[in-house]
Amino acid sequence: MVVPDGTPGPDTRDPAPGASAADEAGRTVLDETDISRALTRITHEILERNRDADGLVILGIPTRGVPLARRIAARMSEVEGRTITAGALDITMYRDDLHSGPVRSLEHTEIPEDVDGRTVVLVDDVLMSGRTIRAALDALADLGRPKAVQLAVLVDRGHRELPIRADFVGKNLPTSLAEKVRVRLAEVDDQADSVTIRGGVA
Amino acid sequence: MTAYLLRNARPLGGDPADLLLRDGVIVEIGAGLEVDQDVTVVDADGLVALPGLVDLHTHLREPGREDAETVLTGTQSAARGGFTCVHAMANTSPVADTAGVVEQVWRLGREGGFCDVQPVGAVTVGLKGERLAELGAMADSAAGVRVFSDDGICVSDAVLMRRALEYVKAFDGVVAQHAQEPRLTEGAQMNEGALSGELGLVGWPAVAEEAIIARDVLLAEHVGSRLHVCHLSTRGSVEIVRWAKSRGIDVTAEVTPHHLLLTDELVRSYDPIYKVNPPLRTADDVAAVREGLADGTIDIVATDHAPHPMEDKECEFAAAAFGMIGLETALSIVQQTMVDTGALTWEQVAEAMSARPARIGRVAEHGRPLAVGEPAHVVLYDPSATRVVTPGDTASLSRNTPYAGHELPGRVVATFLRGVPTVLSGELTEGVHP
Amino acid sequence: MKHLLSAGDLSRDEAVRILDTAEELLGVAQRPIKKLPTLRGRTVVNLFFEDSTRTRISFEAAAKRLSADVINFSAKGSSASKGEGLKDTALTLQAMGADAVVVRHGASGAPHRLAHEAWTKGAVVNAGDGTHEHPTQALLDAFTMRRHLVGGGAGARAADGAGADTGADLAGKRITIVGDVLHSRVARSNALLLHTLGAHVTLVAPPTLLPVGVHTWPVSTSYDLDATLEGTDALMMLRVQGERMNAAYFPSAREYSRRYGLDRARMNRLPDHAVVMHPGPMNRGMEISADVADSDRSVIVEQVTNGVAVRMAVLYLLLGGAPADGSNEGTA
Repeated sequence: MVVPDGTPGPDTRDPAPGASAADEAGRTVLDETDISRALTRITHEILERNRDADGLVILGIPTRGVPLARRIAARMSEVEGRTITAGALDITMYRDDLHSGPVRSLEHTEIPEDVDGRTVVLVDDVLMSGRTIRAALDALADLGRPKAVQLAVLVDRGHRELPIRADFVGKNLPTSLAEKVRVRLAEVDDQADSVTIRGGVA
Repeated sequence: MTAYLLRNARPLGGDPADLLLRDGVIVEIGAGLEVDQDVTVVDADGLVALPGLVDLHTHLREPGREDAETVLTGTQSAARGGFTCVHAMANTSPVADTAGVVEQVWRLGREGGFCDVQPVGAVTVGLKGERLAELGAMADSAAGVRVFSDDGICVSDAVLMRRALEYVKAFDGVVAQHAQEPRLTEGAQMNEGALSGELGLVGWPAVAEEAIIARDVLLAEHVGSRLHVCHLSTRGSVEIVRWAKSRGIDVTAEVTPHHLLLTDELVRSYDPIYKVNPPLRTADDVAAVREGLADGTIDIVATDHAPHPMEDKECEFAAAAFGMIGLETALSIVQQTMVDTGALTWEQVAEAMSARPARIGRVAEHGRPLAVGEPAHVVLYDPSATRVVTPGDTASLSRNTPYAGHELPGRVVATFLRGVPTVLSGELTEGVHP
Repeated sequence: MKHLLSAGDLSRDEAVRILDTAEELLGVAQRPIKKLPTLRGRTVVNLFFEDSTRTRISFEAAAKRLSADVINFSAKGSSASKGEGLKDTALTLQAMGADAVVVRHGASGAPHRLAHEAWTKGAVVNAGDGTHEHPTQALLDAFTMRRHLVGGGAGARAADGAGADTGADLAGKRITIVGDVLHSRVARSNALLLHTLGAHVTLVAPPTLLPVGVHTWPVSTSYDLDATLEGTDALMMLRVQGERMNAAYFPSAREYSRRYGLDRARMNRLPDHAVVMHPGPMNRGMEISADVADSDRSVIVEQVTNGVAVRMAVLYLLLGGAPADGSNEGTA
């Protein structure tokens, strides 16, 4: 589940206040090359599953799902030999926890093509509780009626709270609830791509 | 009748002395007076003794608005403020424009026994500004009216004002003008200035007050009458009155305690507790009226005590009534703004809040010096005390004080009316019932 | 941000956040399902002591698109017209559990009274009070200007092509507001907000219709409309009531119109990119000629569309977080 910065929660990927430097750095589980390889594999899996990319709409969930979706779309464009653009689907207004914290700023929603009758691939960085995806499905339903919805995530760390599973997974990463998974992407974070795990070991 | 000895009081803030009050008269003043057993001794150590205060501008609301104030509650409030005489404004319902109404108000004051009530007669019938009320009949009545005012409404018609000024000369009366040019103040809510523009409230420009004062002092000069200016509130008004006095024009002027302290910035809250007429002005105007009071341009402090029921203040600013109560805070505000700042001595306070208002109102029995043989109207005041104003702590029926939560200096400890306490140890007594 | 009472209360960042939020919400009107579930279970009361069908409908549409329950309370003509009802009305609404009260009132400061004094627990949104302020109108005006004058929207006056860079303000834009500034809550709110957003505001009116103390406002003033046209990016015409001439604010409607009305000749002197705005309702033939109102320079209809998005943004930012106890401060 994507929890935007600043929201406390078991799967927050930002350092807890007072976290030590060692915690801050964490243990790298995917580096730049691993992430690139994973995205390439996901791209091929999506294409295999859907035969051709004509009916596909790739939508990233802000914040870090959006650059991931764009990378997948870029790889698809190469394979297919034509331009495939990814969009963005903000799920803020559909969240089930809005009333438990300060009001959240909206992210940009951009739907490149009509979703009616098409297969939508949602892209996010980390899948955990499944609540973000629940919200995304609701948001999608208000935009139209896709033929099918599939889910691609860079990391699946388990701990599902809803009956939701990913169709395409970069890496399954069994974690404890005390651990924090942190994804960093060049487009958003101005630093090299990485996935790290911090905390959890008392 | 019991006699009272005020032990170690400081008359006009001066050296301690004992004052012996008996049979309504100050019979002895001196150090270490011996007393008989029938004398009640009041410990006045450290307290300032002033002649009983005289308010030239009080709204008692009776008859007509007994839900806001009655003569009894208003005079009780006055006693708690150190007053022994108040002038009750004429804008009651019915209007005090006949001998009958002014006599009724005068009698209610006497019966209450807390503070003498000197009714003010209306200048025009029903305050309508159309024709003169029977000023002579009011002057000749038991109430002996000498001050005439349409207060709340300006006598804006120049001819009517001229005639009133002339007519009251026959019985040594005075017209007390509520200076407010009506056309310039239609729908006005607050001082006109940058703030009224910002708040979107209709402005009450200083010029609307100053233009009337300028006209009236010239009229008074022309017809050789005396004129009293109610609740003057702007720098320009002070300057006009100063100019008029320098020309020898027989004009007197009053300022309210709230115009000595509060500014229009308070209206920023849109709380109608700060809605008053004339409106709270700027800090510069406050400085000017303080200077005017200090240099004698402004003769007196008058409260413009204006009680209103809660519902007339708990609403939108534009819908709210004008006015604030002030009898019980007046002396404290004067201490804070004038005495503690070194602008006035206690002797001068006695002039501004007792002697001069009595003289303007031609009240012979009040405003007298603290001297042997004079009427025993005395207030004992503790200038070293402080208190935080709570709206409920008042004898008034109304709660519309702008000072709620303010810490004010001073406290009235005792008020004596004709030698009998109306307030003792800060508490109301049973009053004075001969 | 607990209430929205005055446009002057907004910081630059808060104002930009509202505009950015509105930018995202503008798209909702184009979707098959023009509704978001965000404020489900929240109650918004439209408390209108003055008739204003346009503003009420705009707020109602905004609240409903966010799935809030909407109660319309038209208090006009009731005891409230004398002012006695305000406190009791507030207590009633509180007892009914209103999460937000959108209030339109003829008395300046009435929303302040409603918001303070522990009369109301919910958020209070000023939908126009007397001659004081109308902050959501100023926000929708700023929003419309930003879409046309800044970033992607600059130069692209066709409504569909417009759209602004999020995060941007109106730095350096020259806005001229013409007409009855003295009695205009729209002008007050716009002057404050546009200044906060970095724009240069010029108020143009006959001297009688400029408030005393306008020199303390963060604006320039002029009595001469013709002298301001050429340097204007957005020209906002205010409604002028013909009756004002009875109080000697100007000699006649004709003379007003001749000196301060916007006709085609004056419009043609505006820069090519400039837009013409009006908060409505218009007096065609008085402050604006019919052909100007209907011209392609006019963004008056678009202002109405944008009004819903801006009001959605305001309601979302006031009610979208944890219940108001100071924890949902405006900028995160």
